[in-house]
Amino acid sequence: MSDVVARVYITPKQGILDPQGKAVQQSLRTLGFDEVGDVRVGRFIVLRLAGIESTAAEARVHEMCDKLLANGLIEDYRVQVDGGDR
Amino acid sequence: MRWGVVTFPGSNDDRDTAAALERVLRDDVIRLWHKSDDLEGVDCVVLPGGFSYGDYLRAGAIARFSPIMEAVRAHARAGGAVLGICNGFQVLCEAGLLPGALVMNRSLRFVCRDVVLRVENGSGAAVHGCRPGELLTIPIKHGEGCFVADDATVARVEEAGQVALRYVGPDGEVTEAANPNGSTNGIAGVRNAAGNVVGLMPHPEHAMDPLLGGTDGRRIFESVRLWVQGRRT
Repeated sequence: MSDVVARVYITPKQGILDPQGKAVQQSLRTLGFDEVGDVRVGRFIVLRLAGIESTAAEARVHEMCDKLLANGLIEDYRVQVDGGDR
Repeated sequence: MRWGVVTFPGSNDDRDTAAALERVLRDDVIRLWHKSDDLEGVDCVVLPGGFSYGDYLRAGAIARFSPIMEAVRAHARAGGAVLGICNGFQVLCEAGLLPGALVMNRSLRFVCRDVVLRVENGSGAAVHGCRPGELLTIPIKHGEGCFVADDATVARVEEAGQVALRYVGPDGEVTEAANPNGSTNGIAGVRNAAGNVVGLMPHPEHAMDPLLGGTDGRRIFESVRLWVQGRRT
């Protein structure tokens, strides 16, 4: 069984104030990127998991997110799992 | 009165808190290491300010899994007093012992200054000895002190009188200008439903002596002491 790579995308929940996103949005508009709408700034985590199948890995990573990687009160997360290398 | 002050890797107000309790309140203080799972019979556990585990991931997110936190959880469940200051407040929220979460200040800036706080009601351990409406001047120093929760949680917390302290202007009114971090409803401190667990962003341990700018911080620790004594009798 080869390694599994899991990518976790964590973003502030809709409705939760995201001052970083607001600042980036304003900055982009100042630079002339008028098409920029809502901006959310989050966190991107890459995990390499050994000795596990991608289906099982996905469930484990969800567990990791619920326990530690994301705070469900203020953040949403999305998990993407690739079998094999990269 | 026997206090326990926890030290996590990255705590930096643990010494000041212990000094405040020992030298000003003249109480006994036990220093508790995060790897211990024994609270050594303390009446109140204080989770101090700082940057536990470098504030990696989210402030308080990793500290909540320290061995000492199991003991803190059990102490809280048994009705014992728990006080979280700044990073300690963040740890208690992450641990689910207090409602809501603390996120980056709306200004995106670290704020370090005195704030005026209004005691909402005297029903939590940390404000037990204060009059409702009493104003306290205590410093804050944080980058992630903006209290947020979903609307239902905020409504529930407000309804149940779980807001212990609010940021206010000099006249005691909640205003946008007096809110240093964008906290919902100017919330500076909350308690759990039972009132034995309280978290606040301001630092009472840094307002203990006129030489350091004020003594209103004593009101918080003295309140906890009064609350613990009341519980014993």
